[in-house]
Order: sequence, then structure tokens, then C-alpha cells
Amino acid sequence: MYDVAIIGAGVSGCSIARELARYDCSVCVLEREEDVCCGTSKANSAIVHAGFDAQPGSLMAKLNVEGNRLMYEWAKELNFAVLPVGSLVVCVSEETRPGLQELLERGQANGVPDLRIIERDELLQMEPNISDEAVAALWAPTGGIVDPFGLTVALAENAAANGVEFRFNTKVTGVRKAGDAWELAAGDGTVTAKCVVNAAGVYADDIHALFLAASGKSDVPPIEPSVAPNELTIVPRKGEYYLLDTTAGQHVTHTIFMLPTAMGKGVLVSPTVHGNLIVGPTATDVESKEATQTTAEGLAEVASKSSLTVKNVPLREVITTFAGLRAHQAAHDFVIGELEGAPGLFDCAAIESPGLTSAPAIGVMVSGLVAERLGAQRKPEGAFDPTRPGVVNLVITSFDEWDELCQKDPAYGNIICRCCRVSEAQIVDVIHRVPQARSLDAIKRRTGATMGRCQGGFCTPKIMEILERELGMSPDEITKRGPGSEIVVGRNKDRLNISTQPVEGGDAR
Amino acid sequence: MTKQIERHAIVVVGGGPAGLAAAIAAYEAGEHDVIILERDTKLGGILNQCIHNGFGLHTFKEELTGPEYAARYEQRANELCIERRLGTMVVDISADRVVTAVSAEAGITRMQAGAVVLAMGCRERPRGGLATPGYRPAGIFSAGTAQRLVNIEGQLPGREVVILGSGDIGLIMARRMTLEGAHVACVAEIMPYSGGLKRNIVQCLDDFGIPLLLSHTVVDIEGRDRVEAVTIAEVDDHLRPIPGTEVRYPCDTLMLSVGLLPENELSREAGVEISPVTRGPVVDESLQTSIPGVFACGNVLHVHDLVDYVSEEASAAGAQAARFVTEGFEAKGSRGIPVTATDGVRYTVPSFIDPSRMDKLLTVRFRVANEYRDRYVSVYLDDERIQHRKKRVMAPGEMEQVVLKRSDLEARPNLANITIKLEEE
Repeated sequence: MYDVAIIGAGVSGCSIARELARYDCSVCVLEREEDVCCGTSKANSAIVHAGFDAQPGSLMAKLNVEGNRLMYEWAKELNFAVLPVGSLVVCVSEETRPGLQELLERGQANGVPDLRIIERDELLQMEPNISDEAVAALWAPTGGIVDPFGLTVALAENAAANGVEFRFNTKVTGVRKAGDAWELAAGDGTVTAKCVVNAAGVYADDIHALFLAASGKSDVPPIEPSVAPNELTIVPRKGEYYLLDTTAGQHVTHTIFMLPTAMGKGVLVSPTVHGNLIVGPTATDVESKEATQTTAEGLAEVASKSSLTVKNVPLREVITTFAGLRAHQAAHDFVIGELEGAPGLFDCAAIESPGLTSAPAIGVMVSGLVAERLGAQRKPEGAFDPTRPGVVNLVITSFDEWDELCQKDPAYGNIICRCCRVSEAQIVDVIHRVPQARSLDAIKRRTGATMGRCQGGFCTPKIMEILERELGMSPDEITKRGPGSEIVVGRNKDRLNISTQPVEGGDAR
Repeated sequence: MTKQIERHAIVVVGGGPAGLAAAIAAYEAGEHDVIILERDTKLGGILNQCIHNGFGLHTFKEELTGPEYAARYEQRANELCIERRLGTMVVDISADRVVTAVSAEAGITRMQAGAVVLAMGCRERPRGGLATPGYRPAGIFSAGTAQRLVNIEGQLPGREVVILGSGDIGLIMARRMTLEGAHVACVAEIMPYSGGLKRNIVQCLDDFGIPLLLSHTVVDIEGRDRVEAVTIAEVDDHLRPIPGTEVRYPCDTLMLSVGLLPENELSREAGVEISPVTRGPVVDESLQTSIPGVFACGNVLHVHDLVDYVSEEASAAGAQAARFVTEGFEAKGSRGIPVTATDGVRYTVPSFIDPSRMDKLLTVRFRVANEYRDRYVSVYLDDERIQHRKKRVMAPGEMEQVVLKRSDLEARPNLANITIKLEEE
């Protein structure tokens, strides 16, 4: 029996877990995938939004601005990459200029600091590649960019270091009342917890439905804010992106949004913390919650819209394209609270943009609600360690410091991923952290290996060797991202043996 | 940094076929202080995984495998006791030829080089570079990655394979996968011609009954975790998929052989001028880049079709690097007479020629832009045509060359331009 079970190890779930670890309670995170950060958290714009977009008074506005502030603080204690590059909302026609003023006022109402409208001259100085059509922009210096994988992993590692348990490949398929607690059908077994948090991303409506089915009449008043026992519908809204090589990473140096016009919303163009340039997203509602494939139409849309705010975006430098699904809900606000009639069941749903930015504030808020329900006390001073050691990043390490690292551990001198400059030592490090990195993508998210211009062409076999050695895996057990995504299927000629026995699944080719 | 900076006459970056040949040639030209820096744990570069035969027909007049070809050069380097550091990756080259490298053994090492030879080779264009729609599952390999898994590790990447792109590695892997027990459904090529050598199409596809679908490309990849199917469609003259021509191929593997890109990140950071066409350094007759004393050869300079030509070119670069160190090159105002590639000639290497520094004969290599039949390769010195040679077939997949005579150039003291082009008559 746990005090809390959190469903979903995305950025929200991990942030809630980390913040709950400050309280005297036992916490378990249940994740259907093999690692943290496998859904919406891994495929988004990776932007730290300043907070001028959300409607004043909404939960989204409050948590965005608070999350923005916490993000920069947490980056220091948790050692993930965030860069306060600032963001610009570019107005490309005089007719829409009043929209800038509106945004400015909305931002000010939301409490976003230091917002300012700048004219073309200043804009051009800040961004020489800005479109010839650009007339003015809203400048938000608190906007930034973040490593969404690094953030989520940091939260998970810090949570784990403070006692939170993680269970992967564990999908929650049922919820039922069990006395004063809740029993979850999770993976092959059951997990019982006094409180359950639904942080299931695009599947949050499915979990909410399980909550509803399990809830009944209860005299216990819900903790405020509460969620009415209604149906919740999450619409997966697809966003497709281009990711360009680091050679294009300086094309713009701030996050460039377009002020919507009658023609539509445009796409953002932004540097990333890894030094790449990201262009996207589209916004298309889709049927399937697994529809993370890119489409010809979507990619064409990104390509054509890229030029609306920025000149000559070097799309030929593309190293990958990807799509992510936002957990969209019609009312377009976060749904956070205890379900009325079901004390202990908490929704943290519809966390769409600016969900990533809001994650720290979401963690604080939800952990507070849950702790209140549990009556859990804060751990005594010193019992919670808020710091987490970062993973070495050789790209920003000086040669002298790198040399020192090599003296301590020669594996820092053995470069595995040449494009992103990742050494054997970093890979070994993340394989043995908690939670462990056990797949190519898990290693990618933590170190950047395979994320560069060759997209794993050279380093995939080398990383496989390290996984084999460190975890005692056989080559055919190694996956890209968990069971079903094995890299190799067998040994050379393994089905060519001269045998009279029919080989299962084989045929006479 | 407390460590001493090392000094070497010539630092060769890369110990593949280009680096080996360059180092040997530099040594043989009289400059013995040559060091090869190789990031892998052995010399030979990509040849180590090219276990098929067909290497060395020009150089050794025999058919060797890749490792055998590399071994010839390695043996020569051993005989000459050429210094090499393995497991050593160069992480920076400065404009004044300070080379910074890292290895597990020595940590960070800095070397002041008299001359630097860039021989880093190339990499494969990944799937992401094509922006092919679909999922991003396991089972998508660049052909070279699959080649390494199969030929070095003994691992089979898949059982039912579709190959996109008809570059040589893709063609070779079509045969290899078949021999290892996989089934290769087809090779799709977006262009109306193959990117690979004719002999590879015959020996690797035709001989195994593997269809080559020209003017076709992959328009969808299915499978969230592992590839489950790909859809291939025909493309029009603008390379756009033609609706209604889609054919779905159930498979577990998509292999890509869609182009090789010279690996010039170090060169770029050093400030070497890079050609947008070859994506390699712009070089003169001595294979010297825009930075004096920095030379380039092999696939980092431009992607070759045959390793024999890599060796030949690299030998020239190594010898020139030795000459630079021992004699020094006179500083001069310009880089020489520009060589213009036009009318079906995509680029030339070199791009500039200084007749006073060229050997008696200079090979100029180039690739053509399209498939051509019965065209003439012409060389013009200013407006005067001095070479006019008919070629029955030319294709982008095969490298072409012309040989210039120093005497021809020296006979024209006011020569302003050298043009290489294709002509119908």
C-alpha cells in the first residue's frame, strides 16, 4: 500500500512525484512505457513560455507564470538545461498590430514581467533574419527554451533519490475502491494507494473514466479546486516539427512566434538548448492517441509557414522530423483537482501547452492537494535533498575541464556519439542511474547520443555494445524504446541452417 | 592547460583509406614526422566493414575485399613506422593548425602541426534528412549502419527489407542481406537513374532478382515500435509522389542509401571554405584548402565512387603537405586560375589551379548532373577548346576525370579561366 500512486511518468507526473517527495508519504509512479518522458513531454516545442498567451484568471495563466519562474530556479538545483533566450511575438502586418497591444495587456494581467513592444528597427537588430514583413513584436525576456527530456529525467531522478518508486511497462487498466484506498489494476498486478493522481497525458480521459466508474457517493468534501464528476474528453492534437542541424542553430537567437493573422497562426522558429533549430508545430486534431507519425501535409505546412516570420530558414539542414500529441480539451484549461465523490482520486489532465512550462507549478500545486488529503507533513529539514547531479555535457565543457574528467575516468575520452560529442562515461552514467536508461532512446534523452546529424548512424552499434556489457543484455534484447522495438532480429544466416524442421514464421525464400 | 603542446610536421586527421595513403605519401616524400589520428580502434576506416570484393582493381590490378585493401596500406604504414594514435578523436582544428584531440588514454592532447591533412571521410544522410512522413520506429537503418551490424557484429537487422536509395552501400547491402537469409523486396530510387555503380546494380540486384524501382520513393512508414510496412509511390518529373501509384510493402526493415555527406564540421569550425555543391572544402591544385597548410582528400573532400581514386588523391595531398612543410609555399595574391564547372558538370576538384605549382599532369575529378549518352567532355582554356572527348555513357553515380597538362596552361600566361563542360558535339 502506497500513500500515492501517480499514473504517468511524463513531466507532470514526475514533477508531482518530486514535489510529493518533500512530504512524509510513500509514492509510486506507474508508467505504461519503458521510461519517463515518452509521450507529450518528449515531443513538443521545448519552450519556456513567458505566460502572456493564457486567459487571465485561468489556471493555465497562473501556473504558466509561476512555472516559468520556478523553471529557472529548479534548473539550478536539478541541473537540466534551460536558456532564458526570450521570446518575440512578431506582427507581420499593420492591420494586426492591435493584437500586440492586446497580448501585452493580457501578459501584464497575468503578471508576466518586463513585457515590451518593440519596433522593426530594434527587432531587426535582435534578429537579422526576421521577415521583411515584420513591423513590430512583443518582447518577453522571461521566455526561454528548455530540455524537456532533461527536465523530466531530472525530476524523476530527484524523486527516486528521495524515495519515490517507479514502475515501467506498467499500464493502468482498472481502478476500484478498496476500503479507504484505491486498488489499481497495473501491468500484471495490482497497486493499492490512498491517493491516485491521473497524469496520463492524452490518455487522461480514459483514466478519468476509470475514476468515474470507481467513484461513488462520498460524504467527504473534496479538496479545492475540485473536478466535477463529468466526462472528460481529451482530443489528441497533433503538432509536427522540423528539427534542423546545429549548423542552422543560430539562424534565430530568440523564440519567434507569429502574431496570428486572418491567415492563421503560423509556426514558431526557435533555437533549442541542444543547439538545433526547431520549426513547428502544426495543430491538427486526430483520432488516435498513438498517431505520432508525421504526414506529408503536415510537414509541407510547417515548411511553408516557416517563412512567415523568418527569412530563409535553411530547411535543407533538417536532421529529423517528428510529431507530438497535445492533450487538448475543449475548454482549453488545465483540469486539476480532486474528483467530487471520490476522495483521493486526483485529475491532472488536459495539460497542453504551456504544460511543459507549467510543470514545476503543477508539481507544487498537485502535491499540495494530495498532501492535504493525506494529512501528510513536510519532511524535516535535510530529509529531502532537492539537488540532483547533472549529466556531463561535453559540448559546453572546456578542454581543460574535459582533460580533468578524463584523468578521473578515461571513458570520458572515448567518444561514442561524434555528432553530439557524447562519451562512453556519460552513457555508462545514465545506464546506472535511477531510473535506469535501458534503451537507445532512453540514453538519447539523457545524453543526446544519436540525436545529431547522423541520427545514430555511427553510434547505434557502439551504444548497443555498452548496453550489452553494462546490463548483461543480449543484442536482440536491446530496443529503441522498450519491448517491440528491438533493433536486431537475430544472427546472420540464423534461418539458413540446413534443417528439415520447418522454421516458425519462416518460409522458403 | 598544464600539458605541453606537441609538435608534428604533419597531422593527418583520420586513418581510413585517405588518411593512410596521405600519411604514406607524405613520409615517402621525405617528411617523416607524420602522425595519424584515428577515432576508431583500428586503421582502415569504413573499409573494415566492406567485406565484399571489388576494391583495388585500378591500384593493385586485383580484386580485394575492403579489409584486404586497407591492410595493404596499413602494412606499408607499419613498415615506415608511421606514428598513429587510435581511439583518438580530433575535436578542434584551429586556423593556425593547432589540432586538439581526445582519447581515453591521454585525455586532451594539443598538437601544433606544420601541415594538416583532413581525411575524416563522410557520413550517410539519415532518414530525418529526407523528411519522409510516417512513424519513427526501430528497423530504419542507414545502409552503412546495417552493414556494420551484419559484417562486424554478426547481427541481422531484419528479415523482410525494403531499401530506399540506390547508392552503392544500399546495393551492396541488398546482396548482403539476401546472402544472410533476409528477403529484399525492392530498391526504390527517387531519381530516374541509380546513384550507384553500374556493376553493383548488375552484381547485387540483377543477379539476385531484386527489382530496382527508378523514380519511386517511400511516402509512408508504418509501425509505432518496429517497422511494419512502408508505402512506395512513383514520382513525377518534379520528384513529387503521383497519387494512385502507392504500393504497400509489409516489412520489418527500411534501409536507406540516400547519399553521403562529407563530414566537415571540424573544417567548418576551423574556417575552411566549404563548397555548397560537394559539401567539401574548396581546394586548389595542391588539394590545399582556403587555409594555408590545411589539405583535404578522400570523401571529406568530395564523395568518391572507388577507393582507388581516394588513395590516388590522398597520395597527392600527402605529398603536397610534405612539400608545404619542407619547402613552404610562396604566399600569393590569389589561389590560382578558377576552374569553372558548367553545362552538366556539377563541380570540379580542384576549383583553382596555379600552373607554377601543378605537376606535369593534373587530374581534375568531377561528377555530372544527370545521366548522359554520347556527350563530349570538353576543356576550355579561356575560349579555346583544348580537349574534346566523347563518352558513351555518363551518370551521377560515377566519378569522371580529365587530365590537364602543365605545359598547356603555362603556354598561356594570361589565362583567366579553365572551363570543364559537357557538349553534345
